[in-house]
Amino acid sequence: MKVWQYGDNVNTDQLFPGKYTYTCSTAEEIKPHLLEDLDPHFAKEVQPGDIILAGKNFGCGSSREQPVLGLKAVGLQAVVAVSFARIFYRSAINQGLLLVEAPEAVKAYQPGQTVQLDVLAGTITLGRQTFHFPQLPPQILAIRQAGGLLPYTLAKLSKAQSNKP
Amino acid sequence: MVLVLLSDYEKAEVRRRLPKGTGGAGPIVRLRTEHKPGGENQHKETRMGKTCAEKILAYKSGHDTVEPGQIVTVKPDYLLMHDNAAAIFAKIREPLEQFGIVRPDLPVIVLDHVIPAASEKTARNHQQIRRLVEKYQLPHFFEMGTGICHQVMVEQGLARPGRLIVGSDSHTCTYGALGAFATGIDRTEAAALLLGGEMWLKVPASIKVNLQGQFPVAVGAKDFILQLIGDISADGANYAAVEFHGRVDQLTMDQRLTIANMGVEMGAKVALFPVDQVTRDYLVGHNATTSNELPACQEYWADPDAVYQQELNYNLAQLVPVVAQPHSVDAVVPVTQVQGVRIDQCLLGTCTNGRLSDLATAAAILKGRHIDPHVRLLVLPASRAIFQAALQQGIVATLCQAGAIWLPPGCGPCLGAHQGVLAPGERCLSTANRNFKGRMGCKEAEIFLASPATVAASALHGCITDPRKEV
Repeated sequence: MKVWQYGDNVNTDQLFPGKYTYTCSTAEEIKPHLLEDLDPHFAKEVQPGDIILAGKNFGCGSSREQPVLGLKAVGLQAVVAVSFARIFYRSAINQGLLLVEAPEAVKAYQPGQTVQLDVLAGTITLGRQTFHFPQLPPQILAIRQAGGLLPYTLAKLSKAQSNKP
Repeated sequence: MVLVLLSDYEKAEVRRRLPKGTGGAGPIVRLRTEHKPGGENQHKETRMGKTCAEKILAYKSGHDTVEPGQIVTVKPDYLLMHDNAAAIFAKIREPLEQFGIVRPDLPVIVLDHVIPAASEKTARNHQQIRRLVEKYQLPHFFEMGTGICHQVMVEQGLARPGRLIVGSDSHTCTYGALGAFATGIDRTEAAALLLGGEMWLKVPASIKVNLQGQFPVAVGAKDFILQLIGDISADGANYAAVEFHGRVDQLTMDQRLTIANMGVEMGAKVALFPVDQVTRDYLVGHNATTSNELPACQEYWADPDAVYQQELNYNLAQLVPVVAQPHSVDAVVPVTQVQGVRIDQCLLGTCTNGRLSDLATAAAILKGRHIDPHVRLLVLPASRAIFQAALQQGIVATLCQAGAIWLPPGCGPCLGAHQGVLAPGERCLSTANRNFKGRMGCKEAEIFLASPATVAASALHGCITDPRKEV
């Protein structure tokens, strides 16, 4: 499991260049361009279970969805950051990509340390230190547990439709 | 309940909806329901004052009051999409067969990002969007050439005070200039809204920005908002609603739109202006699209004793022309610190600064003169209506004679899709709202952000120039 560490304000143009926004929509089209303008090694070397560790305001910039879709498709375990930009945060909930807001953990991280996430307990362990991160509110947790916003919405609509006389 | 005399634009709206031949004697009144704590009893002020965002979200979610941090469910009045509309519909192809669109007049689709089509792929994308508009009989479709989506939303009277509007574009926050609660979402959220019509929102905390004084010569709204973002940083307003108070009355609608447009660049959820006579006058002139389902207008503003997470004060008279250096919107410095930096391309336009007053500012500086031979000046009016007005006022001729290249009313070069992509080592001075590395299509190029005045003055000399030297 590799930890990919970046700084503050990693924006969605760095995560996925705007010039491809209208020509790349599927996971297979997106994956080769992930983090293209930030880290040319990422797309080629990322493995399922890897983690991105970053500073504040991760995911700022455009509302384009390709960064979240791509990171989910390559099997990224989570993005652990000091803070997240709001559209990106919503986007991750919508796709079931795990985002962990853990400023102290990010500050304490030493390259080479093992990182273990326990989502149910709400903890992140670096080496020997354990940090807690806030859990999502119940309404939003329900979306993630359904597998994302579309499964959640469809389940609701199906239920409403079957409840009609 | 309070009886209120209608403003002029509301009277115009009411007359349009009345059957032909209805007389109009006497004042027209409407009932304004005030959402005060305690419900009907207006004399009981048992709770603290509320911010504008708290009031709009309370109304839209059916609560008496809401608190920052609270999760509410709302039904947006409109959902804006652009060239990404086909991709959004594609996510829910089968569910659409089963459930249909929740409300055909919910979506507003504007073709603006890659217009005219730059490749067969983008042409097919546009073609697919037109087919979807036809299939679902969507009334709010604006063909390429009408304008940039955010300008179209305000020109066509879709963005109005008190409305809750979301868009699959981060600069949807622009309509806060008209007192609408407007914010960006992603494609999946947009797809879910097409089916179900509702979404969750977390009630934001609010930041109050007090404005005093007047802009000095050659300094404008873009300089102010860049300065603010530079001061509080790119995440300084994260998740917050930013409210503008004080001498807002002296700001034109164009200036408010520029400021609200860049709210997202400091992390804000929404950027709100009060509704005043400037707003109402603007709405009278921009009433093209009527909607019988939605109220004409609902004016909300913060109570004097509302509670804020932060208060900031700005004296506009003390501002100077500024520039955001590559590669971050908050890397803001006075123009004097970067003057003389050579540039290859200048961009005047976009949803931030593509309005008539922006073009007029540039034309005043460039009249009778010619840009530096080593600079390309690209001009993109934010809408066809703006271009037509610019034609009538001689602005098009002036800028053309100065050596400008006129592009269609779209987003073009701002996101590096086409119409002004940069080469390695090149520098662009732009009135756009973002200068991230690679934004204009090349990661070895540099983007500086500035006001229309600074861009025009700099185009004259081929290097970043203090506009105060040219007025």
